[in-house]
Amino acid sequence: MFLSESTITGFFFLAPWLVFAPVVGLLINLVFGHRFSEKAVGAVASLASGTAFVVSVLLAYSVAANHGELVRWRLAEWIHIGTLNLDWTFRVDSLSTTMMLVVSGVGTLIHIYAIGYMHEDVRFKNDVGRFRRFFVFLNLFIAAMMILVSGDSYMMLFVGWEGVGLCSFLLIGFWFEMDTLARPSWANSNAAKKAFIVNRVGDFGFLMAGFLMFWNLGSFQFDAVFKAAPALAETNPGLIVAITLFMLVGVAGKSAQFPLYVWLPDAMAGPTPVSALIHAATMVTAGVYLVTRSAPLYTLVPQAQFIVVMTGAVTALFAATIAVGQYDIKKVLAYSTISQLGFMVAAVGMGAYVAGMFHLITHAFFKALLFLSAGSVILGLERGHHHLAHAHHDEKHGKGVKTKHDDHHEEVFDPGDMRNMGGLRKTMPVTFWLYIIGTLALAGIFPFAGFWSKDEILLDAAKLYPQVYWLLAIAAFFTAFYMGRQIWMVFFGEARHEAAAHAEESPKIITIPLMVLAALSILGGALNLPYVHTLGAWLEHTVEIVEHEAPIAPWLEQSFGGLNIYVALISTVAALLAILISWLIYGRKPLKTGQIDPLKKPLSFIFTGMENKWFVDEIYQTIIINPFVKISQFLADVIDWRFWHDWFHETVIAGTYNWISETALNRYADQKGIDAFANGLGSVTQNISATMRKVQNGFVRSYALSVLLGVVIILGYLLFK
Amino acid sequence: MVPVNYYITLSAILFSIGALGVLIRRNPLVIFMSVELMLNSANLAFVTFARMHESLNGQIFVFFIMAVAAAEVAVGLALIVQIFKTKHSINVDEMSSLKG
Repeated sequence: MFLSESTITGFFFLAPWLVFAPVVGLLINLVFGHRFSEKAVGAVASLASGTAFVVSVLLAYSVAANHGELVRWRLAEWIHIGTLNLDWTFRVDSLSTTMMLVVSGVGTLIHIYAIGYMHEDVRFKNDVGRFRRFFVFLNLFIAAMMILVSGDSYMMLFVGWEGVGLCSFLLIGFWFEMDTLARPSWANSNAAKKAFIVNRVGDFGFLMAGFLMFWNLGSFQFDAVFKAAPALAETNPGLIVAITLFMLVGVAGKSAQFPLYVWLPDAMAGPTPVSALIHAATMVTAGVYLVTRSAPLYTLVPQAQFIVVMTGAVTALFAATIAVGQYDIKKVLAYSTISQLGFMVAAVGMGAYVAGMFHLITHAFFKALLFLSAGSVILGLERGHHHLAHAHHDEKHGKGVKTKHDDHHEEVFDPGDMRNMGGLRKTMPVTFWLYIIGTLALAGIFPFAGFWSKDEILLDAAKLYPQVYWLLAIAAFFTAFYMGRQIWMVFFGEARHEAAAHAEESPKIITIPLMVLAALSILGGALNLPYVHTLGAWLEHTVEIVEHEAPIAPWLEQSFGGLNIYVALISTVAALLAILISWLIYGRKPLKTGQIDPLKKPLSFIFTGMENKWFVDEIYQTIIINPFVKISQFLADVIDWRFWHDWFHETVIAGTYNWISETALNRYADQKGIDAFANGLGSVTQNISATMRKVQNGFVRSYALSVLLGVVIILGYLLFK
Repeated sequence: MVPVNYYITLSAILFSIGALGVLIRRNPLVIFMSVELMLNSANLAFVTFARMHESLNGQIFVFFIMAVAAAEVAVGLALIVQIFKTKHSINVDEMSSLKG
């Protein structure tokens, strides 16, 4: 049902299929999947996701055809209680269709990639049921994400928000009973739990924001909230600040911002397609989307905006420094994701919604590319390792020595550790070039996608918050540095492990989606080129862009259609310099097997800090988890067991009960009251009957005398009464 | 004419003798005879009052009483015969086997 007054034509009636298509896909796989082959399962899931993409394209086209007008398509009534009116309404506007396109587009490519990846995963072991389950979860994720981005109210968004959180949990812990090397371990399920629990903290913030919103603004529906907000900002701006800051807690949880980012690096325990889809391209950007969607609220309270900006900027720099000291190929990318999300949050925080969304899109392209390429590298190393294991096996077999082919007995080989890699550009050329493209895009080298979007953020930051600009510029420098380090360590130099020397290129089903993503990473910048600003004009239909009147520094005044030559030069030079430095350290003299990181000596304790993630997990362990465990132990052992169970229940309640039942009721009430009464009744009857029995003496004449006496008495009574 | 008082007095005396006989004699035959005496004293009173009130009701009662007394004696004598057959005694003080 259309909720807009004007007559609107287009494909809006297809909106529910954004959610239904993946749901249908997962139902088919769930019900009939046991008869399907792997390829069929993957094809069904990919088709379902592809259908959602087609629907997204049609919706975007319809929005464009209607000049960006908002269309709300109500599917069903949800909750109607008192003044609370919640419907399942699809909100189709330029912002939501942008998100839909990113989610379903990148999602479909990753689905296709996953068909190849999951088959080759060392942990797969031809378990088709597991394979099917993976694709069911992926489709469920797409459905939940679609609910999130298409929701017309904060509560509908929250449904999707929790849905993607659940999928994230399920997929991080997909190999819940083993670690990355297929050894029995709870590491993966612990990582999944960590992600879920940290996100609970964020969801608490989201819910508080929601409650405050409903209580003070009277609705959850976006337009109603935004309409009521300015009046409240006049009378009680503190409430708007509270709503936006509580919402920021939710954003920090879902979009992995400081200080709640700790779950994202651990989430790399999930299969690589999951890391790419959920923990890089789509789910973690939900927070950025939420802030953009709530732009009218944030615009009202500049002080809250400043806190959002600072959160983003600090996260961007902090995570970038940690990424420098990581050895796991996926961990580097995870911290890079956190850092880039910091860029986006900072951008949307300062009101640069277009720049933030632009970076969200390009980041989805190149970070998905990087993650998936990293997955390809890991698979390549696993193939090399497998090859070696077989070679050893054959050798031993040839000598007639009986050995079981068993990975457990071999040295522990981590295919994700960059210290085991090196020289892969010769063995995996396709992956190498794809990785280079992703790296250049992420580092922000002209003319790759990242250059345009990051520069837009930096320019806005330079105009509005000059201090934040420097934080972000330094973060961008670190970004280029750690990516350079990764390239030199992974693809250049000599192989530091035999597996790397025998690595093999991945099959086409893996590399073709990567090529599409690589093309998008190169060309993504075209979405919002200077002078043209396609994305800006597109999003302007939905997000009101407020022009700030703040005085800007003179060096920023010169602008080529929204591209400042100095800002662009500074970031490009910084990125190239960072790559040059990384070459000097890691490229000129490649690492040898077992050599420690060359940065460790000159930076000493600083590098130790980076290596150990600045000990944030340890700090959390000390200041939150340990006291929490202590308190819960105290509560369980002392309060619950000793106080409530041993003392209160055993002594007070059971004791009182026993006393009442034994002493008061049994001894006094029962024995002395009721028993005595019943016994007394019996003995009285006995006594009376013993007396009365004597009258019954058996002499007929005495009975006759009684009768006579009775008659005399009755007559006497009648006579003399 | 003999005054009514005399009849009533005679009836009372007869009743008292009968009652005394029932209470103090042990031979059931004598007890029966005493019971008959009491019944007939009552008959005498009935007849007296019937005469006095010139009503036949009393006379009719007397007929009934004589019929019932005859029936009673018939049953009673049969019982006595049976008791004697089993106990070889008709002493009423020995007839106490129904005592609790």
